[in-house]
Amino acid sequence: MIDVNRQGEVWIFAEAEGGKLSDVPLELLGKGRELADILSVPLGAVLPGDGVADLAETLFAHGADRVYLAEHPMLAHYQAATYSKVICKLIETHKPQICLYGATPIGRDLAPTVASTMKCGLTADCTDLQIGDHTELKSKEHHEKLLLQIRPAFGGNIIATIVNPRRWPQMATVREGVMKMPEPQAGLTGELIRCEVSLDGFQAPLEIIETHRREKKVNLKAARIIVAGGAGVGSRDNFRLIWDLANCLGAAVGGSRAAVDLGFVENDHQVGQTGTTVRPALYIACGISGAVQHRAGMDESAKIVVINTDPDAPIFSVAHYGIVGDLNDVIPRMIKAIRGGEHIQDLAKAAQA
Amino acid sequence: MGYNCVVCAKQVPDTKQITGDAMKEDGTVNRGALPTIFNPEDLNALEEALAIRDAHGGTVTVLTMGPPAACDLLRESLFRGADRGILITDRRAAASDTLATSYILACAVRKLEPDIVLCGRQAIDGDTAQVGPQLAEKLGFPVVTYLEQLQSLEDDVIRVKRNVGNGWEVVSCKLPVLLTVMETANTPRPRAARRMMKYKKALAPLELADADAGQLDTLKEKGLLLEAWTLDDIGAEMAWCGVDGSPTKVHRIQSVVLTGGEYHELPPTDEGVAELIGELIEEHTIG
Repeated sequence: MIDVNRQGEVWIFAEAEGGKLSDVPLELLGKGRELADILSVPLGAVLPGDGVADLAETLFAHGADRVYLAEHPMLAHYQAATYSKVICKLIETHKPQICLYGATPIGRDLAPTVASTMKCGLTADCTDLQIGDHTELKSKEHHEKLLLQIRPAFGGNIIATIVNPRRWPQMATVREGVMKMPEPQAGLTGELIRCEVSLDGFQAPLEIIETHRREKKVNLKAARIIVAGGAGVGSRDNFRLIWDLANCLGAAVGGSRAAVDLGFVENDHQVGQTGTTVRPALYIACGISGAVQHRAGMDESAKIVVINTDPDAPIFSVAHYGIVGDLNDVIPRMIKAIRGGEHIQDLAKAAQA
Repeated sequence: MGYNCVVCAKQVPDTKQITGDAMKEDGTVNRGALPTIFNPEDLNALEEALAIRDAHGGTVTVLTMGPPAACDLLRESLFRGADRGILITDRRAAASDTLATSYILACAVRKLEPDIVLCGRQAIDGDTAQVGPQLAEKLGFPVVTYLEQLQSLEDDVIRVKRNVGNGWEVVSCKLPVLLTVMETANTPRPRAARRMMKYKKALAPLELADADAGQLDTLKEKGLLLEAWTLDDIGAEMAWCGVDGSPTKVHRIQSVVLTGGEYHELPPTDEGVAELIGELIEEHTIG
């Protein structure tokens, strides 16, 4: 662990598997910038890999003041042992006060390994991060400007705020898609720091024999409108209704875990805690009861429309508009209305006037 | 030959069965009001260990940390085929976060000198998935997370297919190793009726009201003694256990209250639908 270090930077882990940055590190930069500004410290991005120096530009454009580039042939592919060795060394040298990781399969493998080595705290799967004060219950000791690590727990039934007052760095993994990605700014530059990597003679424990990664076919995170179906849709055939409504709105198709498990739609479409977290302008939930795990993945949507036969379905708790009715009846009516009931056109004109 | 496997399992509240009684008025969890279950992915870890023993020989020991009631999890493990169950129970271990928990488990696992340690990918009460990798680091074992298929195990080298979210990879590694197992890895075998008949009588010393030495010896002779270890038994240093050993502290807990009833309700008619679409166009959400 490192001691409390108020001058320490805010760091994010720039995951770049396969030589490419995913959205997560860029989302982390958005939140990291906010935290660094409150604390008046620089924002750093740690970029391990091999031949990844070019990616620093992107990190600067999204708000990083410094990029700690750690290149070595042994870092070409991620594994916990090599990456944590490199990151722990950097933490010991530069003593950042906060380290953020994406709650991706890699982040959730790496961050606990680093935390265990550093003997510091780690909070998993945060949905929000803030800076705030904390007073210890017993000793009444007051700590200023700690990282408030906010996460759902108990299957989403409670929201816990966790702090790490003493054994720094303060570390958290952050769920994909919940932090807003900042717009890149072409003019932004920063300092590129090439870090010495001492892995020579180190035997990496895992031999990676075969790797298969595929691009997700569906980009739910980028969709402005999502029409999602759940178990209530009834069958894969009937899921056509969801596709039809999505088509006429230019929307992406989402599904609840139940719909995916029942084979109504492929798992690339899954919205929720174990699928994709989304925050579109409009989310239309059809025949989805709204388990906490699903709501956690969509309740940040700007507008939520719910269609469900059960007026007591928990999904109504996050609705802005609700129709208690049969989706087989309501969706065709919606398609008809969108496709140009004159009444709607008139209303739209009236709104613009 | 054969491999000695240690499965780390957790008894958890069934978070799918949470009702109004589950939360206290101050917003904290009323654990007493929740039914407890064998953490689902820990059952997959147990199954993977049993399959290794079936194929290669060796032993399966289930290790859990918790209150005396967690003996139920150990009996359940024996019903399904485990050879041995050990409970780490100690008041000073209460309020351990993942770092302290992995430290305590590591102290216990070291005593068992396993070839393979298996954990479920994550527990449903916290969903952190941290204890597996942290335990591996403490043991100095390599970690292979998200196991979906054990492809081979020969000459102390294990080869595993693991899920990496947007795909999979195959890795190999020399033993000892720690594996975290996904629910997709296998289907846990059911309890065996004959084993249930036998092991429902299995007891830990702390479950006996006035255990005398004779009683314990009888249980041990019959293979019905569940072991219970304290932090002293495993040589744990108190500075790394419980509250003192946990860097993370709870700042605040809020229960998630379903607000409900605050949305604009529209009838399932042409008029209702038209009003909805009209409003969405008006506020520039669509159109």
